[in-house]
Order: sequence, then C-alpha cells, then structure tokens
Amino acid sequence: MKIKELLFAPIFSNNPIALQILGICSALAVTSSLKVTVVMCIALTTVTAFSNLFVSLVRNHAPGNIRIIVQMTIIASLVIVVDQILKAYAYEISKQLSVFVGLIITNCIVMGRAEAFAMKNPPLPSFFDGVGNGLGYSAILLGLAFIRELFGTGSLYGVQLLPLATEGGWYTPNGLLLLPPSAFFLIGLFIWGIRTWKKDQVEAPDYKMAPNTKPQAKEA
Amino acid sequence: MEAYISLFVRSIFIDNMALAFFLGMCTFLAISKKIGAAFGLGIAVVVVQTITVPVNNLLYTYVLADGALAWAGLPDTDLSFLGLITYIGVIAALVQILEMVLDKYVPALYNALGVFLPLITVNCAILGGSLFMVERDYNFAESVVFGAGSGVGWALAITALAGIREKMKYSDVPEGLRGLGITFITVGLMSLGFMSFGGIDL
Repeated sequence: MKIKELLFAPIFSNNPIALQILGICSALAVTSSLKVTVVMCIALTTVTAFSNLFVSLVRNHAPGNIRIIVQMTIIASLVIVVDQILKAYAYEISKQLSVFVGLIITNCIVMGRAEAFAMKNPPLPSFFDGVGNGLGYSAILLGLAFIRELFGTGSLYGVQLLPLATEGGWYTPNGLLLLPPSAFFLIGLFIWGIRTWKKDQVEAPDYKMAPNTKPQAKEA
Repeated sequence: MEAYISLFVRSIFIDNMALAFFLGMCTFLAISKKIGAAFGLGIAVVVVQTITVPVNNLLYTYVLADGALAWAGLPDTDLSFLGLITYIGVIAALVQILEMVLDKYVPALYNALGVFLPLITVNCAILGGSLFMVERDYNFAESVVFGAGSGVGWALAITALAGIREKMKYSDVPEGLRGLGITFITVGLMSLGFMSFGGIDL
C-alpha cells in the first residue's frame, strides 16, 4: 500500500514538474517528437530509480559535508552508463537528444529526490519513489510530446496520422508547436488544468484585489 | 577577431541558454521573483561559466579526447566516456574554490553571491555550456568567448524575467495559473521575442 502511494502520488498530486518545479529544462527541449521523448523518459526514470537506490544504500556511510559530491558521483556514473548504452544501441536518437542525456546529471529531479527522499529512507521505498517521480515526469513529457508532434507535424511516433495539406490532405500543421515557446505555453496550460482539478495546489496571491467600493456621492 | 565578436553576440541573443535551449530552467523559475536576487545569480553564472568552459576545454583537449594523451606516450587512449563525470567534478570543485577565494579576499562580493554559488553546481546551463563546447568543437579562445557570452545571455534573461514578475505580482491572474503557471506563459512570450534574433545573420 505504501509502495502504491510512492509510485502514484508523484503523477498527479505531487508532480515533479507541475508542483515541485523540478526537471523542467529537458521537459521543454526534447518534446517536439514522441520517439525522442519516450527514450528520454525511460533514461530519466532509470537514472532516478537507481540513483535513489544507491544513494539510499550509502546514506549512513557518507559524511554530511561531502554528501553532494557522493550523490553527484553516483548520478554521473549512472548517466554515463545510460549514455553509452544509447550510443551503442540507438545512435540516431542519442544524436537527437544531443546534450540532454548528459544533462540528466543536473536534472533537478534526480538530485532533488536523492537529497529529499533517498537520504532519509531505506533502499526499497527510495527505489519506488524514484520510479514514481520518473513516471510523474514522463506523464507530463509524453502529454506534451503527443500534442506537439500530432498538431505540429500531423504525425505520431513518425507515422502520418493527419494527412497534410501540402501533400493533398486537409491538415495544415501548426508550425508554432514545433518551436520552443509552445512548450512553455503548453506546460503553463497543463499546470492550469491540474490546479483547476486539484484546488489545494493553487498558490496564494502576493496581493489581494481590494473589493470594489461604492462610488462616492458627488459633493453638491 | 570579428569571428569572436559574432560568436559572443550569437551566444547572448540567438543561442540564448535559457530561452532557446531551456537550460538552467529550475533556478531560472525559482530565483526570479526579485530583481536583486536574480541579478546576483546572473553575475555568479557569468563568472562560473567564464571559468568552467575554458577549463573543461583544456581538459578535453589534453586528457579526454581520442588520442589526446599522445603527449604522455599513450596515443591510443580514448577517455571521452569519462567526460560527463569530469565536467561535473570540475564544476563542483571550481564553485567550491571560488566560494573560498571570494570569502577570503572579496568578502563583500562573497556576501552578495554567497547563497547563490552552491546552487550553480546543479544549474544545467553550466554543464550544458561545457557539453555544447565539446559538441561544437570550440578551441580554447572560442570557449572563453562562448563561456562569457552564454553566461551573459542567461543573466540577461533571468533579470528580464524578474523584472516582469515584479510588475506582474499586482495583476489579477486566474486562480489556477497563479504563480508557476503564468510564469511559464510569460517565459514562453519572452522566448518568442528572443526568437526574432534568430533571423540575424552574423
């Protein structure tokens, strides 16, 4: 029951991207095609899960003042493994992801979960927390990539679904969705959606509007 | 010389780290509520970026690249797979050293930047800078220029965003968009604005 909670809470109620503001860089940059996004999500979930596991295993042996270095080393080693595997088995996709595989190291989700959860919890729950947060991240990314690829190019996973007007079909692709800014707008709208559904995530306003006052009666 | 100026301008405006490559987004969104803090962080990024990119460039050219160890009598060694862990190690160490040096010799600057320096280790704009340097095969001089330029670009973007957010806190935003949501949309509009630099051919 605890594990189920660890796995599913980060998807909607405590989403790393929409609520914790973690791991946004790659969410924006790799989502213009679904294929690349899927690879990225798998890579990130793997790294988060295993870095949480290993950090949690050494948590009682690493002195507090060098813990960041220890975490960094663990994460960097895992990312190197993922990077080498991608280069060996999916070279094309690893070219498209360019620097973003390497940037999983500084992806705040990995560091954030290692620091916030794995340092305080035993290995097994930490592992599932890593998987859960990876899934929460994947949920947002896949949603973004789905919308951006489908409406930006009319295809999905490289398969043409909406026949393009330029090729005799009816669909005129919306080029804006392939451009970087659209990712920001879509995440903004996603957050709006999630927060309309889960009211407790709404942030308190910095300033309140004063209520309308009655217009003063004019001096005679 | 002209090539360097054009690389500098390109890395500030056209290839802006924050708004064109979305690097350093976490700190970009989290520390942009006040102009003062955003500016301090921006300066810290410029300093660290200008140092780390050239240092990593030297390491890559003389230690890690394929055949780079020829000067040590090991022409067949290719250590480039160790790149990631080296760069992040260099960044973490440099940030730590910078913090200690500033603390000792320039306490005023240390007090201003102090809180932001540790944050920079995990700022992906810094690691991203080093990775782009390797991917695009910059030489030493180019990597100095690129490091400084990309740092300035990032600083410019975060200061501008902080300015907008300071004004925006008085506006009546729909409930669900308040805070993070509207910030994303603002950054999207800024990014759209910066795209207009894309047409400039240098």
